[in-house]
Amino acid sequence: MKVQDHAQAAAQFIKDEERTDWHDETLWFVRKKRDLAAHGIPEWEQLREWASQIKDHTLSNLSHYLESFEQKAIANGIRVHWAADGEEHNRIVHQIIADHDLKRIVKSKSMLTEECHLNEYLIQKGISVVDTDLGERIVQLRKEAPSHIVLPAIHLKKQDVSDTFHDFLDTEKGNNDPQYLTEAARQHLRDYFIASELAITGVNFAIAETGGFVVCTNEGNADMGAHKADVHIACMGIEKIIPKAEHLGVFLRLLARSATGQPVTTYSSHFHRPREGQEMHLVIVDNGRTRQLGRADFRNSLKCIRCAACFNTCPVYRRSGGHSYHTAVAGPIGSILNPNLDMKANADLPFASTLCGSCSNVCPVKIDIHEQLYKWRQVIVQAGYAPVSKKLGMEGMAAVLSSPALYHFSGKMGRTTLKYAPFLVNNGFNPWYKQRDMPAPPAESFGEWYQKNRS
Amino acid sequence: MNSRDRILQAAAENQPAQRDLPVIDFERLIRYDEPAVVFEQVLTKIGGQLIRVKSLEEVKRRFAGEDQEKFCIDAIDCTEEDRLKMKAWKATDLALLHTLYIRGSFGVAENSAVWVDELAMVNRLLPFICEHLFVVLEEKEIVPTMHHAYQKTDVSRTGFGSFIAGPSKTADIEQSLVIGAHGPRSLTIYLIENDSI
Ligand code: SF4
Repeated sequence: MKVQDHAQAAAQFIKDEERTDWHDETLWFVRKKRDLAAHGIPEWEQLREWASQIKDHTLSNLSHYLESFEQKAIANGIRVHWAADGEEHNRIVHQIIADHDLKRIVKSKSMLTEECHLNEYLIQKGISVVDTDLGERIVQLRKEAPSHIVLPAIHLKKQDVSDTFHDFLDTEKGNNDPQYLTEAARQHLRDYFIASELAITGVNFAIAETGGFVVCTNEGNADMGAHKADVHIACMGIEKIIPKAEHLGVFLRLLARSATGQPVTTYSSHFHRPREGQEMHLVIVDNGRTRQLGRADFRNSLKCIRCAACFNTCPVYRRSGGHSYHTAVAGPIGSILNPNLDMKANADLPFASTLCGSCSNVCPVKIDIHEQLYKWRQVIVQAGYAPVSKKLGMEGMAAVLSSPALYHFSGKMGRTTLKYAPFLVNNGFNPWYKQRDMPAPPAESFGEWYQKNRS
Repeated sequence: MNSRDRILQAAAENQPAQRDLPVIDFERLIRYDEPAVVFEQVLTKIGGQLIRVKSLEEVKRRFAGEDQEKFCIDAIDCTEEDRLKMKAWKATDLALLHTLYIRGSFGVAENSAVWVDELAMVNRLLPFICEHLFVVLEEKEIVPTMHHAYQKTDVSRTGFGSFIAGPSKTADIEQSLVIGAHGPRSLTIYLIENDSI
């Protein structure tokens, strides 16, 4: 399925330098908004610690919480289904649709359904689903995948959206005004909401204590769909469980601030029982999560609340774009989750990082992201799946770092090369050169400086 | 074994050793001298507006002053008969809903969210499908943070409830903020001041 690995796809992305710069700066701007929001809360670091501890506790009692959640949810009148993998999840959703013979289906953002490729599955069965999140609708019309878990169309410019809407929604050609384009989408999607018979949503948090679940959006699209349709299907991974409603206090304070710098999303909707006459289904999905739970080095990745702060801060993500990760969840966290799903197909991803650690610093649930990336590299190399271009570089790097003599030599050579023959560094062997301006070399290396000054 | 049992078994086998839940120490939380002032500041920043009123009567007078040509609903206190009627309304009936007045249970200073449960919204679609949303809130019902908010209510008391913070919005086109995505285009809080009765 995959045609290019991360490095190749990234090379493609950065060819458009202006666009790459825009992508980079825009996401950095979102990161700065996150910082501002975090700094407004004096107990921010304490919140992260609590969030991390609540998730640790939940994972250590996951089977218990899943069972009590199920019991409460059923008592609430919700129909609970379990899916071992993406295929079973899709089958269950399709079965519900088929049982009711429904045609008009709307879906709000759910990374899980992306992970399971639900839309493609349903299309094969002759059923089309309308994505209602604005960004997701844009990419759906363009037959693309979302490139970011919070900002699905962040790889596009407004003229791209304008062209797409001109083709599909009949908007004025060349009108690039976001206000105008959003209004057009509002009208277009409102018709679908009003006519919808079945709504699919994701789940941000599922509360074991009360058997309800919470869905967060800014646009109100999850609510428009769920409250209109006669059938609501919510899809969640097993790791969405939290013990009690009061823990939402911690997570809702962190989620939007980490994601976009907002104090909270516009809507944090708590679903506990179907409305009168409505059918509410919940599909609880494993798809590799219990396997990840058993990997001591990687189970922390299941604490993720999908805020995308690690994407926005990542220098590699910002300059390579979400599509270069060729998976539903891109970015640093995706690079830990995806090798668990398919180690061979996603062997390149843990290498798409500088291991700078910025991701771990911003993560609201304190996942040691960069350390897990590093650990995946060992596992992947050992399994014999390392991507070839990275293997050369990495092995060279490892050899250099393990030998002080080589380190001096290589450092000196590096500086000479940079100064006198920049094109020599611009070869396929230096994965970091591509479209990056190499920094001016220091006149004196740290090693030389240290030799001179240590006495 | 079915998928449910397999998943539960795999989770039980693979979950790590017991880790304890933290105690949320309220002493550690941010404090505001004037929660209502912070509430208003945050609300304005996220595109909402706040109007201070003296009484519920004043809100009713304002409702009476809304454009009668438009479809307006006052769900603040309605008779059982009205409620039954409103509950039965479908999206097609509500597609042109212009103005909705509802009651909010309490507000949260740090993010200007207001808790609205199913009892208050009567019909779950109302606060999302209307063009302009007006929520009545008592000043004394503003708590500092979300932790306090979850102490105020049992969120499973009604079948549905939502924290609503500002009008619906999106920034999906080049990160430019646009107010009025799929939900209301405006949100106004009528704050009934403390010293009024
Ligand atoms: S890993 Fe952390 S920072 Fe990244 S999306 Fe998940 S919660 Fe957010």
